[in-house]
Amino acid sequence: MQFPSKKSKAVTDIKAELYSQPLQFYGQPPLENISLSEFESFAVDRLKLLKTVENLGVSYVKLNEDYSKKLDNEIRTLNFPHGAGDAKEQTEKRRKDHISHFILRLAYCQTEDLRRWFIQQEVDLFKYRFKELKCGEKLEFLHKNNLQYNTISAEEKDNLREKLAISSYIASGVKVEEQDFYKVPFQDALDLVRTRKVYLKEGYVYIPHNEIVTIVLNDFRTRLSKALALTARSLPAVHSDERLQPLLNHLSHSYLGQDYSVQKNVGKISLEQIDSLAGKSFPLCMRQLHQALRDQHHLRHGGRMQYGLFLKGIGLSLEQALQFWRMEFIRGKVDADKFDKAYAYSIRHMFGKEGKRADYTPYSCMKVILSNPPSQGDYHGCPFRHSDPELLKQKLQSYKVSPSGVSQILELVKGMHYQLACQKYFELTHNVEDTAFSLSHPNQYFTESQKVLGGGKDVKRETDILQRPQENSATRGLTAAREPAVDESQHLAEITKNLETDFQDA
Amino acid sequence: MPSSDYDPACLPDLLPLYYRRLFPFAQYYRWLNYGGGKCRGREQKPGEESRDPVQKNYFQNREFSFTLKDDIYVRYQSFSSQSEMEKEMQKMNPYKIDIGAVYSHRPNQHNTVKSGSFQALEKELVFDIDMTDYDDVRSCCSAADICSKCWTLMTIAIRILDKALRQDFGFHHLLWVYSGRRGVHCWVCDEAARKLSAAARSAVAEYLSLVKGGEETVKKVVLTDPIHPFIRDSLTEVKRYFPLYALQDQNILGRKESEEKVLALSTAKKRQYFEKEIMLQYCYPRLDVNVSKGVNHLLKSPFSVHPKTGRISVPIDLKDVDKFDPFAVPTISLICEELDRPKADEDEAKSEVTKGKENEQDSTEKRKIRDYKRTSLAKYVKYFDEFLAGMVDSWKGKLLQQSEVAVALADLDAEAVSPPDITLSLRSGVLSHSHLGNSVLSRRSPQFCV
Repeated sequence: MQFPSKKSKAVTDIKAELYSQPLQFYGQPPLENISLSEFESFAVDRLKLLKTVENLGVSYVKLNEDYSKKLDNEIRTLNFPHGAGDAKEQTEKRRKDHISHFILRLAYCQTEDLRRWFIQQEVDLFKYRFKELKCGEKLEFLHKNNLQYNTISAEEKDNLREKLAISSYIASGVKVEEQDFYKVPFQDALDLVRTRKVYLKEGYVYIPHNEIVTIVLNDFRTRLSKALALTARSLPAVHSDERLQPLLNHLSHSYLGQDYSVQKNVGKISLEQIDSLAGKSFPLCMRQLHQALRDQHHLRHGGRMQYGLFLKGIGLSLEQALQFWRMEFIRGKVDADKFDKAYAYSIRHMFGKEGKRADYTPYSCMKVILSNPPSQGDYHGCPFRHSDPELLKQKLQSYKVSPSGVSQILELVKGMHYQLACQKYFELTHNVEDTAFSLSHPNQYFTESQKVLGGGKDVKRETDILQRPQENSATRGLTAAREPAVDESQHLAEITKNLETDFQDA
Repeated sequence: MPSSDYDPACLPDLLPLYYRRLFPFAQYYRWLNYGGGKCRGREQKPGEESRDPVQKNYFQNREFSFTLKDDIYVRYQSFSSQSEMEKEMQKMNPYKIDIGAVYSHRPNQHNTVKSGSFQALEKELVFDIDMTDYDDVRSCCSAADICSKCWTLMTIAIRILDKALRQDFGFHHLLWVYSGRRGVHCWVCDEAARKLSAAARSAVAEYLSLVKGGEETVKKVVLTDPIHPFIRDSLTEVKRYFPLYALQDQNILGRKESEEKVLALSTAKKRQYFEKEIMLQYCYPRLDVNVSKGVNHLLKSPFSVHPKTGRISVPIDLKDVDKFDPFAVPTISLICEELDRPKADEDEAKSEVTKGKENEQDSTEKRKIRDYKRTSLAKYVKYFDEFLAGMVDSWKGKLLQQSEVAVALADLDAEAVSPPDITLSLRSGVLSHSHLGNSVLSRRSPQFCV
């Protein structure tokens, strides 16, 4: 076998080979040298892309027309790989895709929350890009990545025909006889199992050919999850590089924007104020929890976590929190002794004073909407997402929201724009035309509310770095953030200016 | 059957007796050891498959937690052998015992392990069905109370979930346990189940969940076309019990307020599956997903005592699930009392002991065995024995299969021609052949169109 004589040719060949595929599993990390400026700009661009994925995912049904159009737009603008373009352009973009993914792994592997967020957005992005592949490209992807599953025999298909037809979402017109069905262990098809979109028998799911994408996604998710856990272990070595540490910290912090983990107003709120604050400045979810707590003198675990952390975020100290919960629980069925033994522990835990001493951050809207849905006896969650529209309507009416306001909110809820619905609620209860912020966190709601009620004084510029600019009430669509982002890269460039070095090939 | 008035204040006196003479340690250890062999390391025989490293210290790396007197709660308890476990439990006399995960290291040494390396690796897949989750659909009781009328809900839950876990998910070794007060637990002990990731557990729990929504949701079950076979099967099961439970015992249409509740579930537009949705909302099992999804979640142990009711968490015999009566479950006071009652054949047994030339330890063992057999606990331990026997067969069978696989693979190597119509699937050491018919081993599908 002949090796190319010139080294640079070999490198180009390897690159061409590596980037010959439009989509990859990110199994191998990039092995080249890059400049720090490329390092930053790639990472920031990908972060912008993932944030777009997140926002679109909450505001639109995933993969529908609007979603796809907007995402495609963002991908092109940020110079990531998409359908069109000549070979050389494509290679460049795929290289950027490859490298930026691995950089963000470094930034997002550190905590459970960051990992979960990163995996979710990367999976959604992958899902979109896989869907956009042409027939032949999909097939090639499966082959190249060793995803081989076994099909079932014609007679087995016959025996299970009715069940297969009912449980699988087969494209209309295509019959069971005409499709291949794969028999896959259920552990490899969790998304299909979870949503009951497939026939399950004795631990195996039976998947029609055109559903194989879900398996691919599951595989992607599992691999990424494992990889992140490994990355986290090698992180100390990376952090010892002073050029990279500030960059990576900045990246993971900007995802959360303001995460309200550092309390700026400890002790500024007194317990007596809480009842009135609940009516005036709490978002609906917290108002609901507060009401339930006052009525029942009790809240279950999910409710205690969501509300307790929120209170921490608005400035309650540990002592105040303990007093607050104790006073309320004692009015119910819990005696002082039991409270001190059972519940006090978990409140101290919330403040980072027990167990592994993690200082838990108050839940963002994303977290409240997407994780731990409420069940019987629970009052947590997002009312716009989790309440029956009828009950939500009654509740809003009882809070004296105008009928037109109520219907506007319900419209937004129907369209699954939960955070926009909450913003509308803010506007109606505070009598403002347009919120100057894009709601992503219950504590943000509180801070903004206090600002409005305080007449704009005591303004705390909580810089939300990659915040979306204000919405036009007519369009209510989402626009990509450009202006703040430019500041962002300049800012980062400044940090690293004196440290920038270009490596030469040896 | 009277359960001999139980007084929580007596627990400190009853527990020592329970742990010394009644708790079935031998069976308990056999269960949690999962055929791991004796604790002393043994020589690996030549040609023997090297044991799964997790398997080697399965019992030793298991976390237990105890609730002691005065609500003192201790975690990360672990034991290196059955006798150490016995001694510790007899010393501490826990009010409540929880079982946690099998970790990467011995839990009682977790502080010495480098931070981040101490990981939960395996645990049974568990489910917790709690009667309070049904408060909105039962009128006879609420909160911690139960009665024979609402216990039917548990029977339905057991039937539906047991069937689904076996038929849909392919699990075989399920242990259903009465929680001691107001619910039931299920322990899925298959190896595949113990190895499931948190994401997989969560997926299983969600597959099995049909009733969704908190206080703010009135209509908790919504069915859309097409109806999944699992839902269809569950409906068949629910239909068997609905007339008795809802219409008769709960009388949901006979009393004004509950009738109104039912009507509230119907909406202006007549829904296609209205009746089915109602039946499911009233009867379908409600499980707590959070209990099932954590690999390290601690759950009350079988044969633990419930401090408030005194009842023992006993396994439920599925053959008689319809007849299971939670009020007939023995309490700790009952069985302790039964211990003291002299029995006719007691003297006979005693003379047997003195006849034989057993050493003292043996006779203590024998006495222990006889002890629980004299009490109402006996039949539950017997059922537990049957459950274990079923599993033991699978442990033995697995070793056999592992060696079968080694032989089969060797055979294939020897064959020059690649086998056209046979695939080997070696998942979890199980060898299976499937005839592919019109597919060949490494066939690439010609058409991939969405």
